[in-house]
Amino acid sequence: MIDKIKVNFKEDFPILEKKVNGRRLVYLDNAATTQKPKSVIDAISDYYKNHNGNPHRGAHSLSVEATSLYDDAKEAVKNFINADSIDEIIFTKNSTESLNLLAYSLSEDFKENDEILLCISEHHSNILPWMRIAKEKNLKLKYIYIDENGSIPESEYEKITKKTKLVSIAQMSNVLGTIYPIKKISKIAHENDAIIVVDAAQSIPHLKVDVKDIDADFLVFSAHKMLGPMGIGVLYGKKHLLDNMPPFLLGGDMIEYVYENDATFAEVPFRFEAGTQNVEGAVGLKAAIDYIEKIGLQNIEAHEKMLTEYAVKEMLKIPYIEIYGPMDLEKRGGIISFNVKDIHPHDVSTILDSYGIASRAGHHCCQPLMRYMNLNSSVRVSFYLYNNMEDIDVLIDALKNVRKWLGYGS
Amino acid sequence: MDLNQIYTQLIMEHNKNSHNKRALDNPTLVEHGHNPSCGDDITLNLIEKDGIIIDASFTGSGCAISQASTSIMIDLIKGKKVSEALELAEIFIRMIKKEIEDDSLLEKLDDAVAFENISNMPARVKCAVLPWHTLEEALKK
Repeated sequence: MIDKIKVNFKEDFPILEKKVNGRRLVYLDNAATTQKPKSVIDAISDYYKNHNGNPHRGAHSLSVEATSLYDDAKEAVKNFINADSIDEIIFTKNSTESLNLLAYSLSEDFKENDEILLCISEHHSNILPWMRIAKEKNLKLKYIYIDENGSIPESEYEKITKKTKLVSIAQMSNVLGTIYPIKKISKIAHENDAIIVVDAAQSIPHLKVDVKDIDADFLVFSAHKMLGPMGIGVLYGKKHLLDNMPPFLLGGDMIEYVYENDATFAEVPFRFEAGTQNVEGAVGLKAAIDYIEKIGLQNIEAHEKMLTEYAVKEMLKIPYIEIYGPMDLEKRGGIISFNVKDIHPHDVSTILDSYGIASRAGHHCCQPLMRYMNLNSSVRVSFYLYNNMEDIDVLIDALKNVRKWLGYGS
Repeated sequence: MDLNQIYTQLIMEHNKNSHNKRALDNPTLVEHGHNPSCGDDITLNLIEKDGIIIDASFTGSGCAISQASTSIMIDLIKGKKVSEALELAEIFIRMIKKEIEDDSLLEKLDDAVAFENISNMPARVKCAVLPWHTLEEALKK
């Protein structure tokens, strides 16, 4: 457990000392973005102070140093997710760009009436790119529907058939916190010769993700949700699949030869990394991975489970709070979406903010899920390694006061 | 941030029991307005005759700020000329943007002045201006 490791999160995360509306910051919006440890901030600063150059281009020392730091970051990502080689790691802007790249570059393989299968709880970023190619190529977009516990009923897996060409699913729902059985879905997809894309944006900061274990064909995530900087994300792909895909963005550094009317493209992964890359982001991501590995994902997972169990238990004691998603907490990550009776989530979030608590209100970029659940919107709190039991106590106290601010008795 | 300046008695009352939240028979103008990012969603119904707004109502759902702002706006524009209503919309939106220094202009907004402090809460500005933008859309058609 984290308590037994000698870590001073207040020292490591300068922002946690910040006062918000005169209160201690209680940061519970980790599913949106996480705070950054000093080691990440310092690594980025050190890069610009000492090593900045354009990677892969120059023969001068700084360019070589930048290249080496960029490649070190790929090596760190490769080891973190247990990929075979750094050639399987492509740096993008974020999960969204990774998914757009995939939809674009895979679309040549799809024919009319081929089926793409998503889960109803997908983030818009894992729906819209597929929807666009489905419309362009007359593909069928189908959805796996979840039950009232936020889980996938056994019968829904029958939607994966020989017609299914691709299944794309988040490992953890950013609204309900449900952890889906990816290994099982991947197995069924492969039995039907379908490609499986795993959106690990919500899962990889919190639990061990091994691309070989889950047998993901592609996997995407963003650095900023796992202590790293904004503006860098990852696309992992099996090498033999990437080798057969056309590039997405075109430009510098991704070519072999360019003629007036024709061009040939570089090998994977360079083919997918057009233009000057985000070396600062790569350096920051590596520092973030180092920090996570120092604490240990197993410890992080156990710590969040403890926080989630405590928060759910205390929230259930408040009669006017309704919690969504799996109540079997083994199936849930550190995310709790809920509503306070009679109070709009936006007002709840504003009131929580006045107590120093950062939460999120809205549809969480999941309109199809919200519509399916007959919800307009919800409030979401989400935990990470630097949260503690005291944070939950502050949240519970504030939640007990929310209704009073809008003129309700309790 | 002082919540008392945001969730005033007036806003609370309009949010909880708005007399303007009802269906309207035979409206001449119906306009839908929503904030896609947070889910505030209103439909504004107006009966306009000879350039005057005779009656108005709204339906929909949203946060206290958006619901109260809609209700207070309807109280304000009922019986007014279309040109006056548009002027009020302009004043309200400029108030939220902190562009108004002349207090006498604000007096025209009557109860809607209650939203002046929203300008200090950038995350909630769009909730307060939603009905006014919807009104502009409806009247400019």
